[in-house]
Amino acid sequence: MDITSPTFKQNSRAALADAQLQKALGNVRGGFIDKRRKAVDALPEFDALRDNARDIKNHTLDNLDLYLEAYEAKVIEAGGKVHWAETAEQARGIMLDICRAANARTVTKGKSMITEEIDLNDFLERNGIRPVETDLGEYIIQLRHEHPSHIIAPAVHLNKEQVEADFRRVHTHLPASRDLSEPEALLDEARGVLRKEYFAADVGITGANFLVAETGTSIIVTNEGNGDLTQILPRVHVVLASIEKIVPTLEDAAQILRVLARSATGQDMSVYTTLSTGPRRPGDPDGPEQYHVILLDNGRSAMLGTEFQEMLRCIRCGACMNHCPVYHAVGGHAYGWVYPGPMGAVLTPSLIGVDKSGHLPNASTFCGRCESVCPMRIPLPKMMRHWREREFERGLNPATQRYGLKLWAWFARRPALYQLATSIAMPVLGLLGRGKGRFGYLPLAGGWTKYREMPAPQGRTFMQQVRGRKAVAKGLAEGLS
Amino acid sequence: MTSTPRVGLFVTCLVDLFRPTVGFAAIKLIEDTGCSVDVPMAQTCCGQPAYNSGDRADARAIAENTIRAFEDYDYVVAPSGSCAGMLKKHYPGLFKDDPQWQARAIAFSAKVHELISFLVDVRGATGVSARLADTVTYHDSCSGLRELGIQAQPRQLIASIEGVKFVEMQDPDVCCGFGGTFCVKYPDISNAIVEKKTENIDAAGANTLLAGDLGCLMNMAGKLKRQGSKVEVRHVAEVLAGMTDTPPIAGRG
Amino acid sequence: MSARDAILNKVRGALKPHAGDTSRAALVAERLGNAPKGIIPARGQLPDGERAALFCKMAEKLSATVEHVASHDAVPAAAAAYLRERNLPASLRMGSDARLDAMPWDQQGALQIRKGASDGSDEAGLSHATAAIAETGTLVMVSGADNPTTINFLPEHHIVVVDAADIDGDLEAALAKIRTRYGKGQMPRTLNLISGPSRSGDVEQKIILGAHGPRALHIIVVGG
Repeated sequence: MDITSPTFKQNSRAALADAQLQKALGNVRGGFIDKRRKAVDALPEFDALRDNARDIKNHTLDNLDLYLEAYEAKVIEAGGKVHWAETAEQARGIMLDICRAANARTVTKGKSMITEEIDLNDFLERNGIRPVETDLGEYIIQLRHEHPSHIIAPAVHLNKEQVEADFRRVHTHLPASRDLSEPEALLDEARGVLRKEYFAADVGITGANFLVAETGTSIIVTNEGNGDLTQILPRVHVVLASIEKIVPTLEDAAQILRVLARSATGQDMSVYTTLSTGPRRPGDPDGPEQYHVILLDNGRSAMLGTEFQEMLRCIRCGACMNHCPVYHAVGGHAYGWVYPGPMGAVLTPSLIGVDKSGHLPNASTFCGRCESVCPMRIPLPKMMRHWREREFERGLNPATQRYGLKLWAWFARRPALYQLATSIAMPVLGLLGRGKGRFGYLPLAGGWTKYREMPAPQGRTFMQQVRGRKAVAKGLAEGLS
Repeated sequence: MTSTPRVGLFVTCLVDLFRPTVGFAAIKLIEDTGCSVDVPMAQTCCGQPAYNSGDRADARAIAENTIRAFEDYDYVVAPSGSCAGMLKKHYPGLFKDDPQWQARAIAFSAKVHELISFLVDVRGATGVSARLADTVTYHDSCSGLRELGIQAQPRQLIASIEGVKFVEMQDPDVCCGFGGTFCVKYPDISNAIVEKKTENIDAAGANTLLAGDLGCLMNMAGKLKRQGSKVEVRHVAEVLAGMTDTPPIAGRG
Repeated sequence: MSARDAILNKVRGALKPHAGDTSRAALVAERLGNAPKGIIPARGQLPDGERAALFCKMAEKLSATVEHVASHDAVPAAAAAYLRERNLPASLRMGSDARLDAMPWDQQGALQIRKGASDGSDEAGLSHATAAIAETGTLVMVSGADNPTTINFLPEHHIVVVDAADIDGDLEAALAKIRTRYGKGQMPRTLNLISGPSRSGDVEQKIILGAHGPRALHIIVVGG
């Protein structure tokens, strides 16, 4: 996938000017936020569950090696195979080997951000294997050769008219006169088209919301049932998951499941929460003959033991971006890679480097709404600040910014000089702005005055006036004594 | 603790430079609760611009200056949620590697309060004696709200103003798009965010917009005036202290 | 060095200095062994009859339909009626669950019963749930010849029989049942937790029923 994070500013400008996108983004604010609020209000134990979920993940990360080994042993015991991949390239290679061994021509896919992260679809196609996305949102964007703009609602940036146009363009076997003006009709059509694909697939690929060490189980949650049809109909099921998806026990998974769907879509549970352990058993009339798990590192181990370790608690619910004013303004594609919004701003530099993705942790007001809704209590603004510190150390921020802030800090450390300089500058500005009380334009303040008036200062600074009053008071006191 | 608590006023750089009225309003409000207020002269900035830009060294140096100037007071009060948040929540972390300074920072931070929270939560104020015949609305600045829990207190004090009518805007707790250097680093996005805010302010039907942070207020006032809005913008302290003779932020009309 | 070793070495190297500490292994073994439950919401913690009522209420909120019958014997008639009322073909796919086998299907002469996994040609399928969860209106379905997993997903209409006595308050109680049945650390091949008929919100965030799984979920609660 092309990385366009370096051009985040241009991406944002284009996004702000895109009327279709802006209309679609209206759905994010209204829908997700209200639904989450209702679900949270209906569960008094929600905040306590967030604390417990955080603690479970912290404990797991502190013992990740042991839990990974325990998990692997149980998968093998259940008749599954475990593969390990350090990099995206290795993971793709393993996936291709499995598909080739199964003589796969078509593979179906459940919705999986990790497969986006490793650019799996393009790779499979280049190697003569056809991947078919089965989640409706993923299917739609696959038709458009786009990438997801949200980690759980991949097509949130689209309107139904756009979806209709794509379906008409691609589903040429269906009568042109059919009515596709409503979402119901679009869903029905996708259901029919994809039903055939489910049966045609040789391999089904899913991600995993959780991997349970106690039992060697992979858990996926969907509302459509597409992940299930992807993993039980083909002969081979492959689970691709990054190593931090491990949780110790079924009960631990149950705890975190309680905060996952509520934070994501405001549901108590997703329609289908599916726990899979190994291939079909003797006597099973359905299910895959082979069950593979590919455990992927791809930068996670490098986050352990660093100030970014807490990001590994993320369960990919999307609540942060649902509540982010920056995401609401520009949508997900502007972020330029796989993961958008606040979690993308923290995770992306870890995975592709802060030199390419420095804009992401900088384009935040630190309003803190993301952290306030994160079910795993991840301190997202704090970690964005850590990225800014890394950039500062490496001199990656623009020179004008560095010098401007350095100058400000120089004065701020010298109160006498600071007050001398400001006691000259502010009254002048105050005089200039006295008439209207504001400036429509001010040199060096172009970023501000492009869109806003600049309020004029009142005149003499506060410290100037206080100094004067203290001098008078002192004089009075001396005069009296 | 003496019977008359000694408060050091941390005026904040924006109030100092742009709107001293807010500082004098803060002094009056604090004195009205029976405290004495002093303004240490060796203050400049809380260091947040450096801190949020990743410059921990400068932030730490500024913090040392601030702590030295204020640590002998009983309380440190700032008319800004974001500056108070910086002093209270972030200063100790700047000294993680220095146990002595960190102890000083922790002791200092324990004394820090945002102005409205100080009046209500610490001094127990339940109302003010100001009068204002006006319809007002209130924007919850992010740091004050999410770092310091300030939400009910300003509304409580505003409600006590004689003659005032309070209307709640939609999404009062959603960011205004200021974000310190964010608004000049990403002006297009900042503008999109503040436009949603001014839409909500207009729809609320208030004549006056209040908030507790001058950065947010200057941002929203600047946008409202550019849009030709008649809404007037003031810091909540001015109104609570009855100091509304001065022109509002960004002027009238 | 294999990728496995490389990754585990990196992980161990990154963790706190006492990565080689034997007390870590003991801590992990303890958690895996004891499987502490955590926080169980009060919502589902109700006496028997009330649990069943909460389950039905929650399931209906999720757009499942719910009916009550006094005994297993009444299920075939209820299922046949469901199909008739919706003008569906008088054909039902089901597994070899002994509880289903014991029901008087022969009394529904017109009803064709197809046994085994679903091949996608079934309009309606019938399963017997292992348990249900009152807290969230969720059915607990276990894979195998008794109730093939494909019946949960391929038919347009899914009818599920659940005994009122099997309705638990919370997910943890249902998991404990599974553990008792299969043994510690063991699981069926697939455990489906099903909360309502399938749906999607992927077009303009409008929630529509009938995505890839069943369009309709009908729950027959027996007894209670």
